[in-house]
Amino acid sequence: MNNNRVRTAWLFLAPMLLLMAVVAVWPLLRSVWFGFTETNVNNMQASRFIGLENYFGPYGLFFNPNYADGFWQSDWGTAIRNTFQFAFVSVVLETLAGLGLALLLNQEFKGRTLVRTAVLVPWAIPTIVSAKMWAWLLHDQFGLVNQLLLDAGLISQKIAWTADASTAMWSVVAVDVWKTTPFMALLILAALQTLPRDCYEAAKVDGVHPLRVFWKVTLPLIRQPLLVACVFRLLDALRVFDLIYVLTSNDSSTISMSGLVMREMVDAGNVGFGSAASTSLFLIIMLTAVVFLRATRVKLAE
Amino acid sequence: MATGPSSRPLWGSALLYAAAALVVFVSVGPFLYMVATSFKTGSALFDSSFWPKNPSTNNYTALFEGAQPFGRHLLNSMMVATLTVSCALVMAVTAAYALGRIRFKGKGLLMLTILGVSMFPQVAVLSGMFELIQALGLFNRAIGLVVPYTIFTLPFTVWILTTFMRELPNELEEAAIMDGCGPLRIIFQVFMPLLWPALVSTGLLAFIGAWNEFLFALTFIVEDDQRTVPVGISLISGATAFEVPWGTIMAASVIVTLPLLLLVLVFQKKIVSGLTAGAVKG
Repeated sequence: MNNNRVRTAWLFLAPMLLLMAVVAVWPLLRSVWFGFTETNVNNMQASRFIGLENYFGPYGLFFNPNYADGFWQSDWGTAIRNTFQFAFVSVVLETLAGLGLALLLNQEFKGRTLVRTAVLVPWAIPTIVSAKMWAWLLHDQFGLVNQLLLDAGLISQKIAWTADASTAMWSVVAVDVWKTTPFMALLILAALQTLPRDCYEAAKVDGVHPLRVFWKVTLPLIRQPLLVACVFRLLDALRVFDLIYVLTSNDSSTISMSGLVMREMVDAGNVGFGSAASTSLFLIIMLTAVVFLRATRVKLAE
Repeated sequence: MATGPSSRPLWGSALLYAAAALVVFVSVGPFLYMVATSFKTGSALFDSSFWPKNPSTNNYTALFEGAQPFGRHLLNSMMVATLTVSCALVMAVTAAYALGRIRFKGKGLLMLTILGVSMFPQVAVLSGMFELIQALGLFNRAIGLVVPYTIFTLPFTVWILTTFMRELPNELEEAAIMDGCGPLRIIFQVFMPLLWPALVSTGLLAFIGAWNEFLFALTFIVEDDQRTVPVGISLISGATAFEVPWGTIMAASVIVTLPLLLLVLVFQKKIVSGLTAGAVKG
């Protein structure tokens, strides 16, 4: 009986596992392999094994002697810096804004349902659409944002938000925060709603200050789901591509690791070099996830 | 933790409603401005007043008559997203039954692997996937996108359905086994009525994911007729490189967003419960 059920379990899992092996594991292994070769996109059969050349060779990703200004000024170094800058700032802002939004939505007030529905709008808009929409709102000459700021007297001349290297990354972060904060807020709200009520009633009877209650009771209780939501967002932010590709056309002040891989592999056709970059990206993200999970002692499954 | 309205001081209420109004304005405002822009043509586009003075639907008609096959893109996206959802759900339901209802060795590791794949950076498999798609003869064909989309949707679909499966009453399954039901009948006849809400929410999330995907769609398809909408929108261009047809782009964006927005608003509760089931209960 029990043996039978175990057999059923594996039988039921087989199609998924088979598909995962063929369509996920195999391409991953091939991508790692391509990283050790010189391959052009137009003829992928004709790939030549060149060992670690793509990583550490004279034109490789790391320790490249041609990097006159050091690794962090190279294209790949810049992409890593950009990605982490983007991921760190946007995840921190989204967590704070999401927490605030969740606390707001957890209050009882007239029109709460309306607010909760409105919050879903940015989340429901496809990333490409929100990138195009904000590209228009942030347009240097005709954008609404510049117009409003000018009218309010906050700026004296129009700013090229997405084209100027000093503001481009901040525009990307702002659009991402606008789009993703609702997701964070919903996850945090779900956690808030599982909290026991009596705890709060007792605190109220004892006259404990609400801020103290938040700090000493609420925050510790939602720590685990909050951090899980952060991991999800962090991993998502580290692989960012489409938003940057559309909003700032992948220029060097905002290009992400995924963006660089796409540029090398698809636009330039260097599948070998691009694969080395994508494999490094994979390892960097894995490492970051492990460090984050260790540091916060979060357990993802059970 | 919710504070009742009666216990709140007046300034607290004022602050609360101000914050709520701000949230609504920031969330919905940009979208409404996009809708308004889509009805502006000519020089009206460059006048940043909110309501179009002479609203016209020219941008919308131009979309379907222009050089780009926008209607075709819409159909492609529909087909790809629907097929992805069907493939993913069929495989996920049986897998979730195994993971949620049956005890066996190696389950914890398997769940972790599934979670790992769902957080995987798509770009890490790009060159291998490119080769596979070419080998399968699916390069430059919209339907080929179903392959990578299904694999990237599946883990998360399985994960959510497993959390729902786990919570179904044991008595129901025991009674069904007593009656001599096999596992397939348990899933599709006994559990199905209870699983519907979970299937709807995971299905919707999978649909949204496939509808919005950009990276694979950009890489695996270079022929205009086979493209999906997100790539189509990103490529809308004017007669010259300096003339960006913002009105048309906004019209296309509205068309792509409206069905999604309606789905999300109608199935609000289901979608939110699906989203949070994955992260909070897991």
